[in-house]
Amino acid sequence: MKKILILGGGTAGTMMANKLYKALDRQEWEITIVDQHKTHYYQPGFLFIPFGIYNKSDVVKPKGDFFPAGVKVIYQEIDRIEGEENRVHLTDGSSLKYDFLVIATGTQTRPDETPGLQGEEWYKSIFDFYTVEGAVALQRFFKTWEGGKLVMCISELPFKCPVAPIEFVCLAEAYFTGKGIRDKVDITFVTPLAGAFTKPIATKMLSQLLDDKNIKVVPEFYLESVDNEKKVIKSYDEVEIPFDVLTIVPVNMGSEMIERSGLGDDMNYVETDKETLQSKKFENIFVLGDAANIPTSKAGSVAHFAAEILFENMMNAFENRPPTAKFDGHANCYIETGYGKGALIDFNYDTEPLPGTFPLPGIGPFGLLKNTKINHYGKMIFRWIYWHILLRGKEMPIEAHMTMAGKKNNID
Amino acid sequence: MATKNYAGKSVEVNDEGYMVDPSQWSKEIAAEIAKEEGIELTDKHYEVLEFLRNANEKGETLTIRRVGKSGIVDIKGLYQLFPGGPLKFSSKFAGIPKPASCV
Repeated sequence: MKKILILGGGTAGTMMANKLYKALDRQEWEITIVDQHKTHYYQPGFLFIPFGIYNKSDVVKPKGDFFPAGVKVIYQEIDRIEGEENRVHLTDGSSLKYDFLVIATGTQTRPDETPGLQGEEWYKSIFDFYTVEGAVALQRFFKTWEGGKLVMCISELPFKCPVAPIEFVCLAEAYFTGKGIRDKVDITFVTPLAGAFTKPIATKMLSQLLDDKNIKVVPEFYLESVDNEKKVIKSYDEVEIPFDVLTIVPVNMGSEMIERSGLGDDMNYVETDKETLQSKKFENIFVLGDAANIPTSKAGSVAHFAAEILFENMMNAFENRPPTAKFDGHANCYIETGYGKGALIDFNYDTEPLPGTFPLPGIGPFGLLKNTKINHYGKMIFRWIYWHILLRGKEMPIEAHMTMAGKKNNID
Repeated sequence: MATKNYAGKSVEVNDEGYMVDPSQWSKEIAAEIAKEEGIELTDKHYEVLEFLRNANEKGETLTIRRVGKSGIVDIKGLYQLFPGGPLKFSSKFAGIPKPASCV
């Protein structure tokens, strides 16, 4: 029996387990997943919890429901990967041999990396919405909040789902308008980037959107610390921004297990070939999803497109062929903008998000970089697609490689 | 794309003034680019520039945090050396492309 070991049973690991299990001869291959946690979170749904659009029960299911029945599952913490020996050590002292390894251990929020962030005010007036605990605590806080300074701050790059903070401030604006206290809420969007987003054309569109909604943008602010007593955030160049409620994207880092294994960069993301999705150190180690240090968004859509490429390259590797499939960094993100509308961006390593239309058989076309109702419905039906099609590794009617069809690249 | 004259040499730069070819770089060119931003380069500055050039050559992703862990200078110190844009200016003076930081 040849052994495939998948580390991490989140979005990326689960998709890969399903794809491989369907394709491989069960007499010849043994597939094992290792994950320390039993709950699968629908993470795109966290964004909606603070505003009472979703509750906790809308975003949690047991991980085990999505693993194929013939896959071996071990719920245990991983200590480290020993690449030279093709072996993974678990924290209970046991170890597992593999012929091929998939690392899909994702990225984690690390509020402990910022001095003062987890001080007195943590979950009293300072919240993250990248964990279910933070999102639920913020929902409870917003219910009785009567207004003041709401500051949304991004601590560090890269972070998971680069559009989520923009969506958050748009949804907050609509929420407080609905409650009739918008005039009492001052919303500020603070980012280490030079503008609202990373790429120029999308930044232009999104800056206009935030401006229209009377949301202030403070660019090039690199967070050093949080002063709980004065209720201010401080940058390294000593700019202070006061808040009444701070919503934060904490520093994101890969698993510490990656560091212990000597496979990562200084943020614990695995050094990965951005085209073949192989580890730069070991040919039989592959990386999928947020755990990889490839220069594209950390997002489920990227993991989904990359999974198709990785599947091809693993099949190549199983049959001793070179890894000929090449990932282009394709990302496709709905941006919820409030009032039942949304925008859509579609891009890759080389092509920044462009306006135009996005073809999707049966449902689309969706408007790219346009604020429309159909884009919002796209986002809302996605939860069903996620649980029923995406995680189970079934075919989606979207190409893994980005297409230029419908995109306009000759705008001024 | 444009050509500029630094330290008696013609140097290719992009629209934002970043050098296109890192191999054209010299300490004298760095000093003149820095002067345009009102910064006088010291030995400490040059240590940071060397670090950035080496890291860029190895294809590493450059972030402020990465420089802060270099052992040359901490993040606060980096801001003091290159006020108003630690990575933006230091990479410009180092003759390497502007780091994308994130997508």
